[in-house]
Amino acid sequence: MYVAVKGGERAIENAHRLLASARRGDQSVPEISLDQISEQLGLAVDRVMSEGSLYDRELAALAIKQARGDLIEAIFLIRAFRATLPRFGASEPVETGAMRVQRRVSSTFKDIPGGQILGPTFDYTHRLLDPSLAEGFVPEAPATAEASTVPTPRVTDILGRDGLIEPSPQAEEGASVGDLTREPLNFPADRDLRLQNLARGDEGFLLAMGYSTQRGYGRNHPFAGEIRFGEVEVEFSAEDVGFAVPLGSIELTECQMVNQFKGSATEAPCFTRGYGLAFGQSERKTMSMALVDRALRARELGEEALAPAQDEEFVMSHSDNVQATGFVEHLKLPHYVDFQSELGLLRKLRKEFADANAPDAMKEAAE
Amino acid sequence: MAVLAHAEAGEIAARLRALALPAHQDLRAPENGLVMLRGRVGGDGAPFNLGEATVSRAAVRLASGEVGFGYTLGRDGEKARLIALCDALVQSSDFSGAVERDIIAPLRVQLMVRRKQAAAETAATKVDFYTMVRGEG
Repeated sequence: MYVAVKGGERAIENAHRLLASARRGDQSVPEISLDQISEQLGLAVDRVMSEGSLYDRELAALAIKQARGDLIEAIFLIRAFRATLPRFGASEPVETGAMRVQRRVSSTFKDIPGGQILGPTFDYTHRLLDPSLAEGFVPEAPATAEASTVPTPRVTDILGRDGLIEPSPQAEEGASVGDLTREPLNFPADRDLRLQNLARGDEGFLLAMGYSTQRGYGRNHPFAGEIRFGEVEVEFSAEDVGFAVPLGSIELTECQMVNQFKGSATEAPCFTRGYGLAFGQSERKTMSMALVDRALRARELGEEALAPAQDEEFVMSHSDNVQATGFVEHLKLPHYVDFQSELGLLRKLRKEFADANAPDAMKEAAE
Repeated sequence: MAVLAHAEAGEIAARLRALALPAHQDLRAPENGLVMLRGRVGGDGAPFNLGEATVSRAAVRLASGEVGFGYTLGRDGEKARLIALCDALVQSSDFSGAVERDIIAPLRVQLMVRRKQAAAETAATKVDFYTMVRGEG
């Protein structure tokens, strides 16, 4: 029986008022602006856009402010917002090979056309706290150098020319692109749906899953073939216009993992690949995504699939932090009636236990 | 039109004010929506849905009949309307020269300057490898 319990409206209202005050904190401290969040906490904004699955820096900054810096709460707010807008359609697939790279490194080849470009990275910093950042820090102007006009092809394209790596799977003619925001997820899921799921999946979850493959739970011998971050142009085929219109540019991070070989009696052995792509500068996310994408291809590549990271139902059903937090956090909502029935059952079981285990003397006396 | 999508609404509006604009009306009032952004498996394979982006769109018709469409990332509907107006103007033989010369060309120069600066800063972080010689040098 479900019993509705009313009450608490005043307490809820006042709790939200208190939240608004706690969010603002000490009012003698200046309020943080959306520009400050977007400019100075840029990687938090990138994460909220990626996992919120909505590219809009200003909205992500607002969500972070509203959520008091709780990024999963912010992602939840963004997901709820996106449900309020109509969808005009889908973009042309972005051309990451034509990216204006701000960072591009390969751990497989030292001398790649276009070079190794470090860009703004935490790599090679000493991870020592910097007290000079505490207040009034003015950075030096960035160094400049003459930009090369050499194109920066994807490392996997270079390997692909010699057939050393498997080619990317191409779409079948007229095949539709799976969209898990429109159709419920069914297993087994195709790679397009898997990549969509991973792209909006929780960074921490994917990091742990990717790490588990490195530790031996579904090992696949990865090399970071290439990681690139930069701007790509977005085009949209608008029905009313009749051709592809430019929408502007977005920042993306792409990771190409190069993994150990496959081959058969009829096919020469070649490297296999895992792929990661995410909004903004999201390197840990895309590297983890590429590891997990490769692990999820176990079945397709004829590998034993025994590890958690190779189990697509396990990975895809638990990667979404909005779903996960909804189910975990719902435990704190009132379950008074459920609990009362559990309590009644427990009391009954304890009484049966007590009766069965009563000392023999008592039983004899009773007889 | 790509140049306009990269410009700020204020920059386009300021340059449009310098033109004696013909009569025009909104064919589609500015509206906000979403476009699903797509990537490709492995960067060059079958497409997949990466995530959405906010997009604004509008359409403008000049009194002389030319219809322009404006699309841009973000929620700035006014920017979409200004792009639509420019798109309509470039189709009119009376205005196409002025729009190219006074609006698009200077904004393109600005965009190129920004990109050149960013490229120069990036280039300074390119690694120059050198070989350490072991033993006696």
